[in-house]
Amino acid sequence: MSTNRLTACIAQLSPRLGDVEANLASHLEAIGEAAAQDARLVVFPELSLTGYRLRDLTYEVALRRDDPVLAQLAKETRSGPDIIAGFVEESDDHRFYNAAAYFSAGRVVHWHRKVYLPTYGLFEEGRFFACGADFRAFDTGLGRVGILICEDVWHLSSAYAYFLQSVDWLAVISSGPGRGLPEEGKEPASGKAWNSLLIALATFFNCGVLYCNRVGWEDGVKFWGGSKAIDPFGEIRAEAGQVDPELCFVDLDPADLRLARINTPIRRDERPDLLKRLLDEMGQ
Amino acid sequence: MSLLSLNRQLAVDFLVDFVREETRKFGFEKVVVGLSGGIDSALSAAIATRALGSAGVVPVAMPHADSDPASLTDGQLVADQLGLTLRTIDITEATAALARALATDDRVGLGNVKARVRMTVLFEVSRQESALVLGTSNKTELLLGYGTLFGDMASALNPIGDLYKMQVFALAEEMALSARVREKAPSADLWSGQTDEGELGFSYAEVDEILVRMIDRRATNDALVADGFQLDLVERVRSRVRGAQYKRCPPILAKVGLRTLGTDFLYQRDWGR
Repeated sequence: MSTNRLTACIAQLSPRLGDVEANLASHLEAIGEAAAQDARLVVFPELSLTGYRLRDLTYEVALRRDDPVLAQLAKETRSGPDIIAGFVEESDDHRFYNAAAYFSAGRVVHWHRKVYLPTYGLFEEGRFFACGADFRAFDTGLGRVGILICEDVWHLSSAYAYFLQSVDWLAVISSGPGRGLPEEGKEPASGKAWNSLLIALATFFNCGVLYCNRVGWEDGVKFWGGSKAIDPFGEIRAEAGQVDPELCFVDLDPADLRLARINTPIRRDERPDLLKRLLDEMGQ
Repeated sequence: MSLLSLNRQLAVDFLVDFVREETRKFGFEKVVVGLSGGIDSALSAAIATRALGSAGVVPVAMPHADSDPASLTDGQLVADQLGLTLRTIDITEATAALARALATDDRVGLGNVKARVRMTVLFEVSRQESALVLGTSNKTELLLGYGTLFGDMASALNPIGDLYKMQVFALAEEMALSARVREKAPSADLWSGQTDEGELGFSYAEVDEILVRMIDRRATNDALVADGFQLDLVERVRSRVRGAQYKRCPPILAKVGLRTLGTDFLYQRDWGR
């Protein structure tokens, strides 16, 4: 575990639909501002380089892993903060993934392909994207990290997989639409559910959660923002608004990971072998 | 608590943001809205004024000689309250010329002609003023098909199209629109004495409670009856919703090629925005 404090910038942007060049420019601007504020990590939302409701644009905005746009972001991390950004990845065999990369020290340290593609209601990701196949934690200068993309969070086994790998920080990136405006509460119904889930993850798994959700509108669908940082005790430490693009800064102390795990040593006591036995019996 | 209740302040904030963003990202600074003196156009105009400022809203009253005079004075009241300068275009002559040429003399036909003349006015003002046409159809009337296709249903963006009528009332109160506009009986004012509820044969308060269950909660007729609604009304409402589906869709295209607009040529309107 790193002893460095995690000063993070959660970049709650409003990407322009299908305009990678314009979005790269807004990324660079945010990275510059984050660096000026001594952030060590900048987290951008799901599909931050492309916008969300891509449909047939999926194939037109896709980036190969050696694309100059990704190389540009990598280059920024030679002297600047680490970066997590979202984009459409095209594989060598021409599958298209809703993907994210962790950039650090001038290169990509980790690629994550969204595993759970929502294809119901207003979502149609399964029509355009191939699904990823794993949840692999990775080590960074800021600690051990796991990336979840939006719907990944709604499957508890995703974060559990990272918990088993003893992550310090979960980076959750999303393009979450606001749906339902109940009279009670301060956010859309979908946002209320998100907050509960994220706080539960931090509490269940004794890890910090950095949540970056985009804002803005695409054809009448509002992305509700509400980006936030949650400490390993499940307390919200920083929170962005629901309407405007903004950079949300937070300073998380890795010492909290230690204290949280002394207070409630969930990982120490966890019995994944019981689950393994059950899954084996079920033939899964 | 009614299923129709909503967080009014948050709804207003979101709808204001919607109008501002969806107008400006297409390179426009203004919207044009037909002010009928009714609550729907008043709410749309109020949201737009908060989003774009009074310089960003072009209100147009389009009276006809047969219109209730209160429609124009109430439209003026709304414009005054919002600090807007009302432009008035009388549609009597244009409607009469078309009706004569078409030999249209029934009130539904004349009502449709009026609605489409008003649409023509708004889209020409749109061109003159570089202003997007702001929609004023609410979710209740869109679901019931209580509007004229390519008439009052035509717009570039519509902030209230996902609000049931009772939610329109709630947000109009939230935005402190004049009680006179909020409290009068809703009417398309296409002929003398017309009221929405008289013509539809049920009240908005009742139909909205049915619609929010039927649409948002996917309630079956059995479930609605179990909730205390009359079966004949429930069936009538469901039939109207299905019967009006064509009004809510772009024209259908016969598929001949490999990629057909709307079927497998799939791009959002906000493409590149």
